Amino acid sequence: MGGRAEVKHCLFILSLFFCYATSAKTIHVGSSHPYKTVTAGLEAALAGDTVLVDAGHYKEKNLVINKRIFLIGINYPVLDGEKKYEIISIMADAVVVDGFKIIGSGISSLQDLSGIKIYDSKKVIVKNNILEDTFFGIYTQNGVDCTIENNRLISSSKGEQQNGNGIHCWKSEGMRIIGNQVTGHRDGIYLEFVTNSIIWRNTSIKNVRYGLHFMFSNDDTYVANVFSNNGSGVSVMFSQRIKMLSNYFEENWGDAAYGILLKEISDGYMEGNHFRKNTSAIYMEGANRILMKRNTFENNGWALKIQASCMDVVLEQNNFVGNTFDVGTNGSLVLNRFTNNYWDKYEGYDLDKDKIGDIPYRPVSMFSMIVEKYPTAMILFRTFITALLDKTEKILPSLTPENLKDTAPLMKKAF
Amino acid sequence: MTKIIKYVIADILRNRMVLVYTLFLLASSFTVFSLEDNSSKGLLSLLNIILIVVPLVSLIFSTIYVYNSAEFVELLVSQPLKRKSIWLSLFSGLAASLSIAFLIGAGIPLLIYQANMIGFTMIMVGIMLSIIFVSIALLATVNTRDKAKGIGVAVMLWLYFSLLFDGFVLFLLFQFADYPLEKPMIAVSALNPIDLSRILILLQLDVSAMMGYTGAVFKDFFGTSTGLIFSVTILFLWIALPVWFSTRQFNTKDL
Amino acid sequence: MIIATNISKQFGKLKALDHVSTTCSKGECIALIGPNGSGKTTFIKSILGMVVPDSGTIEFKGKNIRNQWQYRDEIGYMPQIGRYPDNMTIGQVLDMMTDIRNKKTALDDDLIQAFSLHNLLDKRMRTLSGGTRQKISAALAFLFDPAVLILDEPTAGLDPVSSELLKEKIIAEKEKGKLVLITSHVLSELDDLVTRIIYMQDGKLLFQKSIEDLKQDTGENKLSKAIAWVMTNE
Repeated sequence: MGGRAEVKHCLFILSLFFCYATSAKTIHVGSSHPYKTVTAGLEAALAGDTVLVDAGHYKEKNLVINKRIFLIGINYPVLDGEKKYEIISIMADAVVVDGFKIIGSGISSLQDLSGIKIYDSKKVIVKNNILEDTFFGIYTQNGVDCTIENNRLISSSKGEQQNGNGIHCWKSEGMRIIGNQVTGHRDGIYLEFVTNSIIWRNTSIKNVRYGLHFMFSNDDTYVANVFSNNGSGVSVMFSQRIKMLSNYFEENWGDAAYGILLKEISDGYMEGNHFRKNTSAIYMEGANRILMKRNTFENNGWALKIQASCMDVVLEQNNFVGNTFDVGTNGSLVLNRFTNNYWDKYEGYDLDKDKIGDIPYRPVSMFSMIVEKYPTAMILFRTFITALLDKTEKILPSLTPENLKDTAPLMKKAF
Repeated sequence: MTKIIKYVIADILRNRMVLVYTLFLLASSFTVFSLEDNSSKGLLSLLNIILIVVPLVSLIFSTIYVYNSAEFVELLVSQPLKRKSIWLSLFSGLAASLSIAFLIGAGIPLLIYQANMIGFTMIMVGIMLSIIFVSIALLATVNTRDKAKGIGVAVMLWLYFSLLFDGFVLFLLFQFADYPLEKPMIAVSALNPIDLSRILILLQLDVSAMMGYTGAVFKDFFGTSTGLIFSVTILFLWIALPVWFSTRQFNTKDL
Repeated sequence: MIIATNISKQFGKLKALDHVSTTCSKGECIALIGPNGSGKTTFIKSILGMVVPDSGTIEFKGKNIRNQWQYRDEIGYMPQIGRYPDNMTIGQVLDMMTDIRNKKTALDDDLIQAFSLHNLLDKRMRTLSGGTRQKISAALAFLFDPAVLILDEPTAGLDPVSSELLKEKIIAEKEKGKLVLITSHVLSELDDLVTRIIYMQDGKLLFQKSIEDLKQDTGENKLSKAIAWVMTNE
């Protein structure tokens, strides 16, 4: 009895496998094929089928993919949302959308209309697409182990209300966001409640608000991304155990613009990042247990603005070069540690030749404290009188925090 | 008039002080650029030279030169020459010589090490400051008969423009911290050519920091073409007005 | 040629010129004399436009000189102390003045020859003695053959030989019908030179007389004695 049941079981599996193997067919969509529209092609397809779409201009309102389908465009067929619709809605696991040009989604802040939206699905792959003037670009909600790769997202609309985020993930995990380019959106990449994900080699430039924005997203890793010329830089809030490696934060200009804003962050690790020409390269507020190593701060207005609410932030072996101000702070309480950094403004000496300066470096200048309090005083920067003030302060510290100092500054660049 | 300018320039260029000044600029520019490992620090040192040394030398040298050529000026006045052209020639000669000295002393190193917008701005600003302070020196000398007093006035003027004025502005900033001062500050900066020049260079040199909220107000103003035209116009006024006043006074001055 | 009417000039509290009026014509050689600080130089400078009078007018060939400059083309001026740009050579100074004057007619280089200045053309001004500078000033005053010569203490600082040479030149020019104005307080050397005396004191023009009248009135032959006579008797 038991044996027969086993055979039956085996046969069932085998037939299932057979059935799958034979039924996985390819459906062509295009003016020269039986299926003229993508909608028709999708309807005809069964789970596991491939739908190949020829180049052309398709106005198909909302395409819903609720089967496991490989939707592949040949020479970037255009899917046009006519500024009214969400263009592709993915509602099944392991769907692949590859090689489309997706333009003009509708704009609705109520529904978050997107170019491509993934609803509650696993292992979806969205790659090699071009998205132009979509409200939201690629949107994931409750996605698991999805891949968003090599897409190009460009939005030309102005103003935050008319503009959604480029890559937007909400309540997702195990996401892989790789090699995308996002320009002109509200936030280039937006993550909220996203965990255990990797964000790698993306370029997020000239977005209206943040190049990268994430909140309540723990255990994520950011590697080799470029965030430049965004309205307010990069904002990171209420997240834990974040790793940021070898990213570029460049030319984020404005009073509220930061290379990166770290707010209520704990147990972060940052290494090998480049901060160049930002008004404030890093702004830290309520950050705890952050280790920053071997980062480069170059030609920023402020390399580091560290509020008194930060604790156990450690900076070691970073290079500070050509910054207008190295460190700015708002209070005299310092619970952070600076050690073995290279500061180009260091004027100390190294008599014992151990390549470490013999006197500590104080990265907070008198004038930066003044500017912190009276921003307008910036107009007097680099005047004779402010230089005198700085020199006096160096000799007799009174305003600048006594223990904010690098006790072992390097004489040569750290790397 | 060009004839007199020619002779004034020829005379000044033979003056050892101008040569020393040129060599000083040349030496310090090359030193700051070759000693510092990154050129931005060199630029900062050079900025201080431009903002402090150039006005000082222009003022003092012009003052002393005008006093020393009092008899020569007298001789020229007794000739069939317009007083206006004598005075303007003196101004042009001084302005041209000090500009040339600056151009050689600081301009060449800048062109070698910083052939970009920053370097270009610095050269332009340096030349403008040279000329402005020649102009101010002429106004000071035409009003003061005594040489020692005249040089004293020149030193005081330099102290005022490079230190006291900014101290005063800082004081105002602290006193009126609760008021929006950004726009008034733009107006105040027009009252001091050194400040105006410094801001023009800062917008190139510290652009990141100048983009902060207050800085953005300055950048939004000075960084636009309107602002640039405004600044350059003001700088030209700083040349033209003292020259104009001093020429008027020289016209009726008893020699 | 030159008519001064009621010119006054005040330097602070000092009245340098007090309603001075006089007329100078062609062919005259007028000596302005008086003690130090009597206003002689101020008067000369007023004519040259170097000092602007507070009131009164000066006419040169019938035209008010106020704010004019072209008329100075016809004046050769030798200042009391001639100073020139330190770094220029004598040759350069001569070239420069020639250049400025831009005279079409031939230059009168009698004095340059007489003072042997042509041998010193490469000397820098800074290196010259006061006397040599005076010679240059004199040479320059005569160089452009002007109709009017104004000489402020011309012989002060000159050696006797040069002084004599200069006097001869002045007489020669006077003979040609030029107007010569000389200030001096060394009366002895003016004796055979001047045709008229203007005596000034405290900014006032005390008296002016032709040399003949003066000698006749005073019965003195020597100028110094004649002046002394006037001072005691008038």
